Formats: sequence, structure tokens, C-alpha cells
Amino acid sequence: MSAGKGALPVHAGAGGAEPLPIDFAALSRRLESERGRGLWRSLEELANTPEFRAALQGEPSAKNLEDLELQGFDRRDLFRFLGVSFALAGMTACTRQPAEKIVPYVRQPEEIIPGGRPLYFATAMTVSGLATGLLVESQQGRPTKAEGNPLHPASLGATDLYSQAALYSLYDPDRSQTLEYLDEIRPWISFLGAAREIADAERGNGGAGLRILTETVSSPTLASQLAGLQRAFPAARWVQWEPAGRDNARAGARLAFGRYVDVVPDLTAADVILSLGCDFLACGPGHLSLTRQFSARRRPESGAMNRLYVVETVPTVTGANADHRLPLSSARMEAFARELAAAVRQGGASTGDPFLRALLEDLRAHRGRSAVLVGDEQPPAVHAVGHAVNEALGNFGRTLRTTEPAEAFPTDQLAALRSLCADMDAGRVTTLVILGGNPVFTAPADFRFTERLQKVGRRVHLSLEKDETSAACHWHIPEAHFLESWSDARAFDGTASIVQPLIAPLYDGRTAHEVVAALSGSPETSAYDLVRGYWQTRMGGDFEGSWRRALHDGVIAGTASAQVRVQANGAEPPGLASGPGGTGGAAGGGDLDIVFRPDPRIHDGRFANNGWLQELPHPITRLTWDNAALLSLSTASRLGIAKEDILELSLAGRTVRAAAWVEPGLPDATVLVHFGYGRTRAGRLGSGTGFNAYALRSSDALWSGSGLAIRKVGGKHPLACTQLHQNMEGREIVRAANLADYAKDPGFVHEREKEPAKALSLYPEYPSHTHAWGMAIDLSACVGCNACVLACQAENNIPVVGKDQVRRGREMHWLRIDHYYGGEPANPAHFFQPVPCMHCENAPCELVCPVGATVHSAEGLNDMVYNRCVGTKYCQNNCPYKVRRFNFYHYSTQFRAPSLKMLANPDVTVRWRGVMEKCTYCVQRLNAGKIAAEVDNRPLRDGEVTPACAQACPAEAIVFGDLADPDSRVRRLRQNPRAYSLLAELGTRPRTTYLGQVRNPNPALAKPLPTTFPPTMLDDETGQK
Amino acid sequence: MSERGPGAAEPRGQAGEGAAPRGKAAALAPGYTFASVSDKIGQIVLSRRTPRFWWIGFLLSFLLVMVLLVSITYLFARGVGIWGNNVPVAWGFDILNFVWWIGIGHAGTLISAILLLLRQQWRTSINRFAEAMTLFAVAQAGLFPILHLGRPWLAYWLLPYPNTMALWPQWRSPLIWDVFAVSTYAIVSALFWYVGLIPDMATLRDRAKSKPFQMVYGMIALGWRGSARHWQRYETAYLLLAGLATPLVISVHTVVSLDFAVGIVPGWHATIFPPYFVAGAIYAGFAMVLTLAIPLRKVYGLEDFITLRHLQNMAKIMLATGLIVGYGYVMEAFMAWYSGNPNEEFLIWNRMTGPYAHYYWSLIFCNIVTPQLLWFKKVRSNPVTLWFIAMVINVGMWLERFVIIVTSLHRDFLPSSWGMYAGTIWDWGLLFGTIGLFLALLFLFIRFLPMISIFEMRTLVPEAEVEGEGLPAPKTSGGHA
Repeated sequence: MSAGKGALPVHAGAGGAEPLPIDFAALSRRLESERGRGLWRSLEELANTPEFRAALQGEPSAKNLEDLELQGFDRRDLFRFLGVSFALAGMTACTRQPAEKIVPYVRQPEEIIPGGRPLYFATAMTVSGLATGLLVESQQGRPTKAEGNPLHPASLGATDLYSQAALYSLYDPDRSQTLEYLDEIRPWISFLGAAREIADAERGNGGAGLRILTETVSSPTLASQLAGLQRAFPAARWVQWEPAGRDNARAGARLAFGRYVDVVPDLTAADVILSLGCDFLACGPGHLSLTRQFSARRRPESGAMNRLYVVETVPTVTGANADHRLPLSSARMEAFARELAAAVRQGGASTGDPFLRALLEDLRAHRGRSAVLVGDEQPPAVHAVGHAVNEALGNFGRTLRTTEPAEAFPTDQLAALRSLCADMDAGRVTTLVILGGNPVFTAPADFRFTERLQKVGRRVHLSLEKDETSAACHWHIPEAHFLESWSDARAFDGTASIVQPLIAPLYDGRTAHEVVAALSGSPETSAYDLVRGYWQTRMGGDFEGSWRRALHDGVIAGTASAQVRVQANGAEPPGLASGPGGTGGAAGGGDLDIVFRPDPRIHDGRFANNGWLQELPHPITRLTWDNAALLSLSTASRLGIAKEDILELSLAGRTVRAAAWVEPGLPDATVLVHFGYGRTRAGRLGSGTGFNAYALRSSDALWSGSGLAIRKVGGKHPLACTQLHQNMEGREIVRAANLADYAKDPGFVHEREKEPAKALSLYPEYPSHTHAWGMAIDLSACVGCNACVLACQAENNIPVVGKDQVRRGREMHWLRIDHYYGGEPANPAHFFQPVPCMHCENAPCELVCPVGATVHSAEGLNDMVYNRCVGTKYCQNNCPYKVRRFNFYHYSTQFRAPSLKMLANPDVTVRWRGVMEKCTYCVQRLNAGKIAAEVDNRPLRDGEVTPACAQACPAEAIVFGDLADPDSRVRRLRQNPRAYSLLAELGTRPRTTYLGQVRNPNPALAKPLPTTFPPTMLDDETGQK
Repeated sequence: MSERGPGAAEPRGQAGEGAAPRGKAAALAPGYTFASVSDKIGQIVLSRRTPRFWWIGFLLSFLLVMVLLVSITYLFARGVGIWGNNVPVAWGFDILNFVWWIGIGHAGTLISAILLLLRQQWRTSINRFAEAMTLFAVAQAGLFPILHLGRPWLAYWLLPYPNTMALWPQWRSPLIWDVFAVSTYAIVSALFWYVGLIPDMATLRDRAKSKPFQMVYGMIALGWRGSARHWQRYETAYLLLAGLATPLVISVHTVVSLDFAVGIVPGWHATIFPPYFVAGAIYAGFAMVLTLAIPLRKVYGLEDFITLRHLQNMAKIMLATGLIVGYGYVMEAFMAWYSGNPNEEFLIWNRMTGPYAHYYWSLIFCNIVTPQLLWFKKVRSNPVTLWFIAMVINVGMWLERFVIIVTSLHRDFLPSSWGMYAGTIWDWGLLFGTIGLFLALLFLFIRFLPMISIFEMRTLVPEAEVEGEGLPAPKTSGGHA
């Protein structure tokens, strides 16, 4: 009986607790008469009573029905009903969700898996004419993230700020969206009509009144189109203008070699590098590959370290990485270079200056294994001297190559712009077609470009934004972003890439190719046909195959510029201030020098409306959303100027007002200003940020000038700095040593180690699972270029918060780069330290969260559960690394703008207001990698998963991997004697570890590496926030 | 009026020894009878005329309540970004005000429960009022942990309720301990206060002239008739509640201090925090009681009930707890040096000389220097100077929480993350708004409820001394006389 009861649990509910009645006598009778399969599951089944059948069918028997009624409406039912009533009542309060149609693809596009894996397409981005190859991620047809193209010589898989930020520019809601004539919206066809009229009108006199103004062009297709236009209009002129241009380098090459050549360094073989104001680690031609080559030789365990001397006027990322940095005022740079050249040529230690003497000996000792790099801002004579020194040291052919110029039409741009302005002034220009660029904003102030532009009868401007120049032109044509257009471009070494679109133009934008085609009388030709047509003539043989390969690889094989063998002219170049844009002696009555530089974030102003770049801290000053007049500490205190004071800068009769900021490492009596800020028509983000340094910049003082007078006008202009305190306070934060000390004690990082022994913990070890993720950041290799910060922002849907919020310390960057000074304020040492989440094994944040919103994963990740977070902010208080970022407002509303919606990475949650967030080690990539490995039924390979920061890093300073894998790179780096944990003494046991920095100073000049910095007015942060 | 059963009032009988005949300053001025005590206190509530100062005071505090409502509405609409909180200093005025109010909310229960258990007779005239203050202060404090959340509508996730996600709070977090400590304290304090009110409610019910008042007070009195059985049970319950409340006085602020002590932030991570916080809370609580009691006794003419003796005793407690707090400050500095921990050393040095040094030294002035005046009897017995000293301590205790929270957070381990903090207008709006709500509730309390325990005061009347037995026979409200 009891067996039968146990065998029918399903019916217990319907039949009640009562066992079904069974007549055993009848049962045995039936069993005896049974034939065939006499199997039965229970006595009840065997008995086959009506009650059993009813129970089987779920129908309560008469008896049980009674039971049910007796039970009737029990407490649970009551609550159930109450609950449903409340829920239904509550539903009336719900907002109606907008109707969304889900329509399947009528024709499934090839390779697209909806909601699944992204696709990558090779393309290239140009800044100042030179291309960086990219692989752009496309999520169902919308580009979301740019990665470097490992095959492209200017990328090698890494990316810089601009390529990361390109996506933001693409989706910028303030981009120009309509073609306009005198502020009235017109269709493209009406411009085509106008273009025909222009062409007809200009054809009469051979195009004598026609001028085309472009930025530096390296696109072979555009160059050939312009050449064709030139043939149709022989008297027309093509002018190129790049405000942060390379005129000086070109003029210097001409001085030294007698012709235009590009000097392409290869630092892999360079033991000693001298930079004369060349910021080759952060900008300029091929900076990503130069950083890769430079950093590869900064790791003391991988062979002989290189040594970097930097002589520069303004503190740059390169100067910050120097083993020896000499700040020189811009006026003295040329004299220094000449003295160096003379000494190299004569061969004697002529100088008493210990720096120069040590440098000389080092260079002489490394003939053919050294390189002298000269910055584009230096006067041509310095370039010529630099080439002469390299020639004398036998560096050409070893660490430096001379090649045909990568740009299509190297020219003296300043002279060309000057003659254009003169022509406009004289009324000789009837039509000016401006293809890209913003010359109204960027032209030298003494050219009075805007005023002269008014004398031109027909003004056409093609640009991404409706900017200052557009406002001064009749026709404004919205430009297609490079991710929307077909084009081509050359890298610094001449390698050509096809620029292929990732998306159809969002706003009917047009490319320069199409505008030029319209003027040439073939208006129907698309950019695709033009580019393809151009390369059809160049790629021999199997064109279709080569074309597809070029698109797939992102580079066109065999297009690198030919090497040219030229002899550097050993003769002394002409005297000071000889070339265009040299150190002009603009008499202004002041006694200060002024130095102009492009802004390291928004470049010449073209990225002013890019929120990511605006909010990116300046690599040295950590300022965001503004530029400032930077002064050295002693100059500021001599003039009684404090941070944020509003100054009036007067140079040659022109004045602007700027906020002051103090920057150690600047030469005294020098004011550094970055141009690009102070835009008036950049868009909602860019307009009105900073001050316009172009207003002071004249053609005779393009990069530096003297005679600047400054005056305090009273009042403060608030500046938003992300790191108010750049002093390590004597703490063991960035651990650094000179190579000699490292050789003595490779484990120098542990010299003052206070890490508690593991045995001291009361708690058991976390059980180790299949993976133990970890990250190692080599501070020797890191150059502090900020690329990782932007890559993280792009990958993880990190919102932009604006200047006011940054001033309140609420910037959202998951990964920040800390910058510290050491040594003397006049010429401090700089230290960079990228700080992502440490993913502590004993995470202080996890302990204090009351709702368990931050928890440890089995693989050692410190996970943040956004859904569960209520926003107590306690975890952020308890995080000693302060890597947690809080959504004080609903910052992610910016992703609601229709265009910016497309920017978001669909693999990463967009966070709500009131939620804490932080670095996840790009857990979305981790999981995608694990799934892929599982599908292939193989273990995850080391390096298969790369977080966005590590992927972007040109220095390969960030290595991510599995600590449980004994052969992983990160595991090996952990065992490196230089490995240490930040704030190890707290017992947090971080998974992110650092490798101490080793510098390689000249023993003749070596001083102990200073990591302390005296308290200065720099530390005055009381005015902030 | 029914007769009280012998023995019912026993606990208080022995306390009665502290009354007038002793040489000390009296806890009740001479010349009162059962009836006159009931009249004097009851009439404040039952009078039809609302005094003008009450209207002025209530309206002013009600205006501040409006400020509070606006601040909260704007906060919910925009998010905590409207405050000054930022990345190194993620807790600012929100937690600061929470701790400040919780501290103030300590005096009432301490006076009622601990002094009751210690049989301190003088507590009777101030306990009702101090308990009310406690409740209202805890109510203010309770607002902040909810308001400070990034997503306040999910505050219930801090409670262990069964849910489909099978998620519980994270028990290691001191914030969870806080939820229980504060809510327990609030509930027990409210019960204690309410139980203490019941006999007086019956008195008011009996004396009220208008029907609605009779009904309301009658309902609150829960049918109290003053029978011997009532009294016997009442006294037992009251004693039990006092016993229950006493450890809570200690535990609440201990747990609040653990919010900080459990963290690893230099300046927070200290074992001295629990006792030091509890002493500070009592200190703050008594300062607030004095701040409120001194003007009230003046305007309502209650000098006979809240006598100089009360003021002096409270001043002495303030002095004692103030010295404990001072010891805490000294120990913080000493341990920072003695520990040899550079972060702790830097912290204390930064507190004393850094950008917030003026807060630190103001705090020392308010909490350590000023109360030393209380050593002088002249100062202690002058209500005016006492009121000013209490006000200074109120400010000082607020500064103490500012120093603990803000100066510890603004410069911790990595100098790269150092920053500054300042409250915004909305931070101040919430602080003054809660002060407004606190005062408004107090004004309502003194208008509608007896601010001094009538039945307990009656035990102090000489009539209550029963010949021979030493048992008081308070003339209680009987209801069914």
C-alpha cells in the first residue's frame, strides 16, 4: 500500500492524501488472467479503478472535489489574487512603449549575423594628409569602433587618439547635414549646375580666377583629379594649407638635399636618439610605428636599451619620456643645433656645456646607430643642421631613410597661401573652392584671410561642419566623413591604402573627389568610380584580384615610396630666421617669447566638436575642454600670475585673452599656447571652449615669436583639470630606477616593499578556476600617449560629461593616465602611469557594497552588476585606486541623440543614472573569445582576447592574459623582477600589476632618478571644484 | 480617580528620594500639587489659544520644510549630481548630515532609558521632550541613507526580503548593519516614547473640553484607566523597553561608526571609532536638548519644571562626554604617529595644515575649547551662556563629521586622485530643510502633546511622599473616576 502511494506522487495533489482504494483479491484475479506484457507501475494502475482513471486524467473524483471545495480559497490564493489585482492596477501606470517594427531581412546580407558577430573592414584615416590604416568594427552596418590595421605601416595594429575619436566625429549630431547656398538648403543638383556655370565662366581665361584650396593631399586619386583640372584650367592654382603643417621640414630637406625628400626614421637600430623638438611619440609622421620601435628597446631585459635625448621648448610626451631633457627657449634652439653640428663636424669636445659634451660623446660613440630627429615646428635651418649631423654620423641608410615625399604635391604652403591672399586682395580670384580645412579660422592673422575672402566672387566650401569658413562662403557642401566615403591616401612612408566606406553617407555628404569631378565636367562620376578608375590604371595584371586584396588588407602592396639616395649638404645653412615661419622677431614691446603648438587633443581645431577628444586630458597638464597660456613656475611667480588668472596676451598689436596655467619644464620667459581652441562655429561642444591662439599667430611667427606682452586683466577663467596633484608625495607609486641601479638590483621595485605576507590573511585563498585574468603594464614601455584612454571610452560606451562635471571631478574615464613630476620644477622628470581597475583579489569595494552589486567572478574579475547597483558610492570611497566612476547624472542620455545612438557598442550596457561603473577588463571581449574557443572546442589561446586599451597601445605596454596559464605573456611578466603591485601594502592583491620603469641616462650626466617633487603652487587645488 | 495599587510605582518610589528636600537644586520648584502640575503642563496643550511665537516659529520651520521638499524633488528629478559629491569625495553632506542627526538622536533614549535605569530622578522633566527630539532627529537621519542613493527608488534592496532573484543583501557591508541598527533604534525609541505617553494621554483625554480632542486623545490613550493592574503592567513594560533601548543607544552609533571604521580609508580605519562616536553622539544629543530646552522653558514659563538643576546636570554630562571626544581626537593623532603608517601620518597632518585646516581647528575650538567653560558653575548655571555653548557644540559636531568624512576622502592613497569638496546650494538646502522639518515636528509636538511627562512630574510633588512607606501615591488620571 505504501509502495503504491509513493509511486503516484503526481496525483497526490489531485487525489488528496488519501490512498486510492484497492481491492487486492480482484487484483490477483486479474493478474492471473492477464496475457502478454504483464508490466505494471503501481498497484493503483493495476487495480485500474475509476478513481485511478479519473486521477490520471486530472479530473478530481467526487470525493476529492469535496476536499477541494473545502480548501477553497486559501491564504496563498488570496495573496495570488491580491497580487494580480495590484499588478494589473499598476500596469495602468506604465508608459506605453513606442511601437517598433521588427522586420526580417528580405534578402539576407552576406556575412551579417543579426545581433551576432561584428564584421571588420579595412580603411584609412588621414590627418594632415598622412594616413593611418584602420580596421573598423561594423555592427550590422554601423561602424562602432576603430582598431589599428596590423598590416599598415603607420598603425602596426595600434591606433592613436584621432583614429579612436573618428567614430565620434562620424556620429557628431552637429555635423553639417545639408548643402546650402547662402544659408538656404539646396539639392546637390543645384550645386552641379553652379559648378557648370563656374567652369564655363572660368574657362574663358584659362581658369585664371579659379583657385582650389585644400589641406595637404596625399590621395593619389585626388591629386590626379586636380592635375586633370589643372590641365583644363591651365591658369588655375591649387593651394594647400595645413595650419600645423610641415613647411619647415620640407624647406629643411630642400636646404640639406637640394630637393624635397621625406626622412623616415627606423628606430629599431638606433641606440641613441636626439630629438630637437620632435614629438615623434605623440604626433607627426609615423608616430605609432616610431613609438613601437622606441618602446621595444625600453625594456631592459630585452637587449640594450636605447637612450633618448630631447632638446625642446615645450614639454611634450616625447620630452617626458626622455632620459635627458634640456628645455631651451625657441630662440636658442637653432644656436644649439648649430653648435652641435659644428662639434660633430670638427670632432673635438669644443663645448663646456656638460649636456652637449655628453650628448656629443654618445652620438660619436654610436655612429650609424643614432638618429637625430627634428620637429616640424623647428626652423628649416635646424632641419638642415639635423640632416647634416645625421649625414656626418652616417645614420642615413641605417636608422634613417630618405624617400620620395608621401604627399602628392609638396610645396611651400605658407608662400602659396600668401600669394593666394595677395591674389584675393587684388581681385584676381573670382572663384575659390575650399576642399576641407577651415582657413578662415586657421590662416595666419596677418593674412587677413576672412577680409580678403570677401573679395572673391564665388566661394565654395566643403566641410564636415558648418564652420567659420562655411559661414564666409556662398556654397557650403557637407563633406562625407572618411568612414562614409571612397578615397585613398598614403602613409608616412608612401604606402597607399584605399579608404573604403563603412556606411552610406548619413547626411548626403560629398567627397572632395565628387566636387572636383563636378568642376571638371564629369559630375556623374562617383568617388568609387574615380578611386577605382585611378587604381585600375596602376594595378597591373589581375585588377579585380588586386583591388579586392587592397580592400581586404587595407594596404596596396608595393606602393611604399622609393628610397632616394641624396647627399646631405654639409655646408652651414643660411642664418637665423631664414625660412618661412622661423623664429620671427615680431616686435611687440613685451619681453616674453611665445610658442605656438597644435593642441595635442583637438589638433588644429578640426576636432573641436569631438567630445571624446575635448574631454581627454592634455598629456602633461591634464587640462580638458580648454587651452591655456602656459608659463613656467618661475615666470608665473615673477609676474605674480596664478593658475586660471585671465591674461591679455599682446603680440605685434594683436591681443587675445587667455587663462593662465603653470607648467613646469617650460623655459623661463616663454608662454606656450596651443592653437585649435576658441572656435566660434564648431558646434555645441566645441564652440566657446578655450581661446583662439590663431589670432596671435602671424606668418612671420608661425611657431614662435618674441616681444609678447602679458597683462593680468583680473578675474579667473575656470579650467577643468583631471589631476590637480601631480606630485607623488614621496610614495611608492611609480617605481623607477636608472639602468645602472637596475643592473645592480633588478628587483629594485621591491626595495621599499611593504606587502603583507599572504600567510597573514585570515581568509582562505580564492579557489582558482580555469582562468585567472590579469594584466601587466610596463611603465618602461608606456609613453603616456592617451590612446588607451580613448580606446576604452570608445569600446565601453563611456559618456562625455562636460567641463563643469570634470571640474567637479566626475569624468568617467575607466582608464586614466596619472602623470607625476619628479625633481626640479625648472626641468622635472615626468612619470606616466595608466590606472585601470586593479581587479583586486581582496577587493575592498566588494566588501562594502550592501546589495552585492560588485562581486568577484570565478575567474578573478571584479564584476560590476549595474542592474543591482543602488548607488551608495561606498565602493568608490573604499577603492584605494579611485578607479570607480559614478553616474552622478544621467550622463548616458547623450546616447539618445539619434546619431550618437549608433555609436554605442551593443556588447556593453549603457549605464543608468545613479550607477557605479568601472573597468571590466573588457569582459564582453573575454566572453566572446571564450565562446569562440568553445565553439572550436579548443582552449583559449594567449593573446586571443585583447582589451581595448591593450589593443590600441602603440608601445605594447599593456599585456592582458591568463595568469593560470603558465606560458602566458602576462604570467611571465608577473615573474619579471620589475613587477610590482600598486599599493601592495594594503593587501588588496591586485590582478593588474606594473613593471617598474627603467631609464637609461648617460652615466656622464646621471643623477639619481627623482620621484619626489617639491611642493609648489602647482599643488594649489583649493581653487578647484 | 481610582487608587493606585501599592507596589505598582515601586521603581519610581525609590527615585523619589531625589526630590526637593535634598540640599541640591530642585528638580521641581516648591509649591506644586498634583492638580497644579497637571494644569500647568496640560494647559499648554489644551489651551485654545495658540501663542503667537508658536505660529511664527512654526511658519518659519514650515518654510524650511518647503525647502526640504523642493530639494528632494529636484534631487529625485536630476540625481545626486546636484550635490557637491565627486570622485575622491563620494560621500559629502549626505552621510555627514546622516551621522550628525543620528548623533543628536541619542540624547532622548539615553535620558529616558539609561537615566531611568540609573534612577536619576531629575530626568523626569526632560525625558518626554528629549525622546520626541530623538525621534524627530532619527527621522531626519533616516532620510539621508535613502536620499544619498544613486537610485533611491531601489532603497528596499537593502532589506532582506524574499524575492524571485533569490538575492539577499551583502551582509559584510556595514551599510546593511546600519539599516538594522537605525531601524531598530527608531522603532524602539518610538515605542518607548509612545508607551511613556499613554498615562498622560489619558489625563488629556479627561481634561479636554472638546469632543474631537477627547476622541483623539482617547484613542491614543488605548483605554487607559489608571487601574492598579494597568500601572503594574505599564511599569513592567516601560522598564523592559528601557532595558531594550539601553544597549541600542550604544549600538546605533557603534554601527554608524563602523561605516567608516570598516573602510580602508586613512582617517576612517580606526578601532577607536565606536566608543568615540558614541560619546560624540551623547555629547551632540545633550547639546541639542539644551539648545531646545532653554528657550522652551522660558517662553512657556516652565522654569519650575525644567530647573537649573536639569541644565547643570546636562552641562556636566556634556563636559564629560566632550572630554571623551577630546580624548578621541588626541588618540587619532597619536595613533597616526605611533602606527608609523605614512598614509595615516599624512592624513592627520593634512587635517591640521591642509586646505581644510580651518575646519579642523574650528572643530577643536567648538568641541574641545569652548566646553571647558562648563567647569565653572557660573557658566553652567546661566541659561544664556549655556545655550550659546550648546549651539557652538552643535556646530562643532557637524564640523567633526565634515572633518572625518571629507578630509579623509579628499586626499587618500594616490595623489593623482586628490581633489576638493564643497557642498552646493542643494546640500545646504537639505541640511536646513531637515532642520526645518525637525523644528516643525517639534512645534507640533509641543502644541499637541504634553512636552513634560505629567504623571512622572506628579511623583516629584511633595504630596507624593507617602508617610512611613516611602511610596509615592501619585494622583493619576483615572478616567472612570
